[in-house]
Amino acid sequence: MRLLMNRLFLIFSTLAAIIGLFFLGWILFTLCAKGLTGLNFDVFTKDLIDGGLRNVIVGQIMMSGVATVIGIPVGILAGIYLQEYGGNSKSTEFLRDLSDVMMSAPSIVVGTFVYAIVVVPTGHTSGWAGVLALFILMVPIIVRTTDDMLKLVPIELREAGIAIGASKYHVTMNIVIRYAKAGILTGILLAFARVVGETAPLIYTSGSSEFWSTDLTSTFPSLTVSIYNLATMPDDEMVQLGWTGAFLLTAMVLIINLLGRYASNKKRS
Amino acid sequence: MELIFRKIAQLSASLVFVILAATTIVLYMSAKPAIEEFGAKFLFESRWGVEEKVEMPVAEQGQLKSIEQGDAAPIGDDFIEDEDDFIMDDEDFITDDDMELGDRKSKVIYGALVPIVGTVFSTLIAMLFSIPIAMGIAVFLSEIAPNALAKPVSVAIELLASIPSIIYGMWGLFYFGPFIAGLFGGNTVSLLVAGLVLGIMVIPFMAALSRDAIGTVPDMLKESAYAMGATKLEVIKDVVFPYAKTGIIGSIILSFGRALGETMAVAFVIGGVYQFAGKVTDPTNSIPVVLANSFAESSGLSLSVLFYLALILFILSFAVIAIAKFYFLRRK
Repeated sequence: MRLLMNRLFLIFSTLAAIIGLFFLGWILFTLCAKGLTGLNFDVFTKDLIDGGLRNVIVGQIMMSGVATVIGIPVGILAGIYLQEYGGNSKSTEFLRDLSDVMMSAPSIVVGTFVYAIVVVPTGHTSGWAGVLALFILMVPIIVRTTDDMLKLVPIELREAGIAIGASKYHVTMNIVIRYAKAGILTGILLAFARVVGETAPLIYTSGSSEFWSTDLTSTFPSLTVSIYNLATMPDDEMVQLGWTGAFLLTAMVLIINLLGRYASNKKRS
Repeated sequence: MELIFRKIAQLSASLVFVILAATTIVLYMSAKPAIEEFGAKFLFESRWGVEEKVEMPVAEQGQLKSIEQGDAAPIGDDFIEDEDDFIMDDEDFITDDDMELGDRKSKVIYGALVPIVGTVFSTLIAMLFSIPIAMGIAVFLSEIAPNALAKPVSVAIELLASIPSIIYGMWGLFYFGPFIAGLFGGNTVSLLVAGLVLGIMVIPFMAALSRDAIGTVPDMLKESAYAMGATKLEVIKDVVFPYAKTGIIGSIILSFGRALGETMAVAFVIGGVYQFAGKVTDPTNSIPVVLANSFAESSGLSLSVLFYLALILFILSFAVIAIAKFYFLRRK
């Protein structure tokens, strides 16, 4: 009886794993099948208005990129503060918990917040609003990974730095950060991968445009929002373009994730 | 230099707190007109954007009352009482406003019950579906599968957790929805489809977190149980699960929070109509989807109502995540 139960249980969990993986495989399969059929050169050379995706891809990367560029110093500095200066005091712990909470806050709510503080006063959607929304989503992730990575730096290294008379600032910038570099880089890549695939906070902050634009002060083209719009259109060609965009987006996110893994693995070996 | 650096770092750290506080305050401010208009009734009202006739007597009564109050206030020379009068005037003004509405004999009613119920139910369906499967995967990866298989599958699961949610939604709309409709009948967009797509979306996330939790169980505990002649089921049930319990529950709650606030995966497949789903195969609505779909074309009161919804969602998910963090995933 015990052995029978055991066998049943093993079969059940293997089965559950297979079912789960089956659905996930199914998604990837349709994504590749549908995405690859529509993939051609035009996608990268034409804008959305002419049936390509050039402007929205560039727009998406630009917004995420600017958000990352602003987010990196803020996030890393905050992480440094939590680990190097804050220690284990109550307020530091509180800030840590808050970043954890922010990390899993619904992204659509961040969108509504940015809408209220940027889009309502300026009266129109803009690239900067999108950047701000992505920035808000991204900072907590960088803060927490920096914080965790700095925790792994041996205290002896810091002591050695202080012992030769270096100031705390020098120790932090030249010893601690250098030691944790690979881990922080991974964190940044993962944070970038996370925000580059975000749709919900962009729908009414950046909006999306069919034309080429590099002007962040006006409505800005976004790949994810365009996918959402294209996929809900009745026209088959549009839907096809949406699938191609979805495929490219997923490929991009997965590649960045793999890069992040590679960066942290290299450090370990 | 040292000091400047320290200050800048401190500033950055408090930014997280500032953003969180600002979000709450801004949402509250923007939602204020709606909160004043509907109050807590908003949560239990199932109509959305329906014009309702406002009966005249109610408005008149309101005005009469406030006039009475105005009269009751002694007309003194005190500065404070002047202020009092001023407030009364203010009330009169509001009542007048209501009167105008009353003259038009209509008032638009908004209620959040449909999206709230839709959100809660789609999340529950997602959890019912994903918990057994994610646990199966976690147990399979950490206890059953040989190492050569477990490693690549773990990596694959973690990668899948990073796929943007819009992909799940799109797949749900074009493939999974019709599949479910063929299986159970009903619409291709429905509460059931939304719940299942959400479930599939959180499976990799939940499985990866649970596997990590199970991974913290010391081998020695398991080995001693095996040495006593326990089967795998008994080891997992009596040794692994109790040990990793808090971590696993934490991962479930985090996934719950994630499913609760998920927009894109649901937006494609829930239908976006303001009605209760009588059957699980009927379309309905959820809070994030309402926000995503109707923000652009709203203004005034209807916009404020959306902010009210966003505030509710924010508080809800904040509570869920906070519970998970503080009670189950406490750092040691």
